[in-house]
Amino acid sequence: MATIALSGVSKRFPNGQMAVRDVSIDIADGELLVLVGPSGSGKSTVLRLLAGLEPPTTGRILIDGRDVTGVPPQDRDLAMVFQNYALYPHMTVRENLAFGLRVRRVDPVRVDERVRAAAATLGIETLLDRKPAQLSGGQRQRVALGRAIVREPKAFLLDEPLSNLDPLLRVATRAELALLHRRLAATMVYVTHDQEEAMTLGTRVAVMRDGIIEQVAPPRDVYRTPANSFVARFVGAPSMNLWPSADEPGVLIGVRPHDIDLAPVGEGDGVGRVAIVEPLGPATLIHLRVDGLTDELVRVVVPADTPIAEDDRTGFRVRRDRIHRFDGATGRRLDPPALFVSRDHAGRGQ
Amino acid sequence: MSPRVWTAVAGALVAAILFPLYWAALGSFTPESRLFTAPDLLPRGLVLDHYRALFDGRGFWTPVRNSLIVAGATTVLAVVVGGVCAYALARLRFRGKATALAFVLAVSMFPQISIVSPLYLVLRELGLLNTYPGLVLPYLTFAMPLTIWLLTGFFRQLPPAIEEAGLMDGAGRLRTLWEIVLPLSWPGLATTAILTFLYSWNEFLFALSFTLGPERYTVPVAITLFRGQYQVPWGQILAAAVVATVPVAAIVLVAQRRIIAGLTSGAVKG
Repeated sequence: MATIALSGVSKRFPNGQMAVRDVSIDIADGELLVLVGPSGSGKSTVLRLLAGLEPPTTGRILIDGRDVTGVPPQDRDLAMVFQNYALYPHMTVRENLAFGLRVRRVDPVRVDERVRAAAATLGIETLLDRKPAQLSGGQRQRVALGRAIVREPKAFLLDEPLSNLDPLLRVATRAELALLHRRLAATMVYVTHDQEEAMTLGTRVAVMRDGIIEQVAPPRDVYRTPANSFVARFVGAPSMNLWPSADEPGVLIGVRPHDIDLAPVGEGDGVGRVAIVEPLGPATLIHLRVDGLTDELVRVVVPADTPIAEDDRTGFRVRRDRIHRFDGATGRRLDPPALFVSRDHAGRGQ
Repeated sequence: MSPRVWTAVAGALVAAILFPLYWAALGSFTPESRLFTAPDLLPRGLVLDHYRALFDGRGFWTPVRNSLIVAGATTVLAVVVGGVCAYALARLRFRGKATALAFVLAVSMFPQISIVSPLYLVLRELGLLNTYPGLVLPYLTFAMPLTIWLLTGFFRQLPPAIEEAGLMDGAGRLRTLWEIVLPLSWPGLATTAILTFLYSWNEFLFALSFTLGPERYTVPVAITLFRGQYQVPWGQILAAAVVATVPVAAIVLVAQRRIIAGLTSGAVKG
C-alpha cells in the first residue's frame, strides 16, 4: 500500500486562523495512525491536507516518497470516509460504490465484481439497489466504508467515521474497523475526538492540541508515559488527577484515578471527604475533597462493591510506581520515577 | 383568524389576480362587434375570428417562433455558462471573488434604457442587428447576472462534503460538477431556467430596438405594433396576449413544485 509523510506542514486559513503548526510525522505502510484531540485542535485539517482538499501554507506532503503537495485530491489515489458519510444522494448504493471505479475507467465487469466483493465484506449486498435516503445511519456508514474499500486506494483517511452512530453500534463498528484494518493491511489515518476510540484502534496515536502534535506513540505508551500534562489529562478515562507538588515547587504531580487506593483515615497519603459517588458499573468513581487541596476534587476509581457514601471521610494511598511528574509552567513531563517504567514497556522502542 | 376567513381572503386575492386574465381570454373569443358593448361576465356566443385573423392574416407564427428561439437560446446559454460561473464563485477559492460577484450584480443594475444606444451601436458594428444573436447577446446581459446570483446561492447550500467525496473518488472538478452537483441541483436549475425564460419571453425594449422588420419581431413587439394608424384591433391583441401567456403558464404549471422547492431551498435547513 503506502507510506505517508508530512514534513513541516502548516496551515493558515485566509481568516488568519493557524490550524496546523509545523507538523511532521511519518506514517508507516499498513499503520493505523489515529489523530486525536479536542475540537479545534487541527486534526481534521491535517486529514484534509493529506487528502489534498486544502493546500498547506508551508511544508511538504509525501506519499510513497513522492511529493504530492501540489497534486489535486483526485490524483492522490486516497479514499476518504466523511463524518456525515457524504454519500451521493441521487445514486443507488451500487452506483455509489461503483462511481470511483467508473471514473477510473475500470472495465464494467470488473466494477461489478469489486462492488459485490466490497458489499459482501461489509454485509450490505441486500442494500445495493437502495438510495442513501432509505438507509439507517449504520447502513450509510457501511456504504461510506464500502465506497472507500472498493477502490483499493493507496491509503484510507477516516474523519470521525463513528461519531454519528449510537453508542452500541459505535462500539461494534469500531471492532469491525479494527478487523478490516487487519484484513486489508492498509495504511489508515483516522481522526477522532474520542480518546477511547484512539486507544482501541490505533497502532499509534497522535495527540493534537492547537495545531501541534503533542505526542505520537503507541496507545499504551501515550497512556503510561504522557509527554505532558495535556496528554496526561486528555488520554485515559476518568482523566488523570493533577495537583501541585507539596515537596517540589513548580512541579505538578499526576496520578490516574485507577492508581489510588482507599485507606482507613489516618493511614496512607492523605484524607478527604467524599463529594460525589458515580457508579460506573464495573467500578465506582468517587470524587474526594482532599484536606489541603483547595482547587480540585481528586478522582479515585474503587471496586464497585466498596462500601462508601457521600460525606464519608476516608484516607487514600497513591501507588508510588504510578506517579507522573510535570513541569508546572511548561507542562512537560519530568524524568519519570525509575520505578514507573514497567518491564514490558522497557523493551519497546518508541 | 379562522381557516374559513383565510380561505375567503385567499379566494378574493386569487380572483382579483386572475380576473384580468379571464377578461382577456373572454375578450379574445368575443366578436369585434360586441367587444365594446355592455360586457358579459359569462361566456356567450364565442368565436375564433380573432385567432384566425391573428395566425392566417398576420402570420403570428413568426413572432411566436422568434420569441421561442430567442428566449430558448438565452435560457440555455445563461444556465450553462452562468451555471459554470456560479459553481466557480460558490466553490473555488480565487482572488477577487467578492469583487467579481459584486461586478456581476452591478451589471444588472444598469437601467435597460441607458444601454440601449451603446448596444445598438455595438450590434450595428458587428452586423448583428435584426438577427437572433443580436437579441440573445443583449438578453444575456440581464439573464447572466440573474442565473449567476440564483445558482451561486443554490450551489453554496449543497453540502461541500459530497463534492469532496467526488474529488476523492477521482473525479475532477468538471466531472464532479456534471455527475454530482448538477443532478442534485435540478430544483435550482429549473427555477433559474424558468425565470430566465420568462424574462426573455417578456422582454420588450431590446426586442423593439434591435429588430428592424416583422420577420424578427418577438411576440411583445409584434403585439405592440398591431395598432394601426386609425384603429386598434383589440380582439387580436387580446388573442395574441392569450397566445403569449400559454407557454409561460404551461411551464409554470408543470414546474411549479420545482420552482417552489428552488425558491425556498436554503431558507430552511435540510
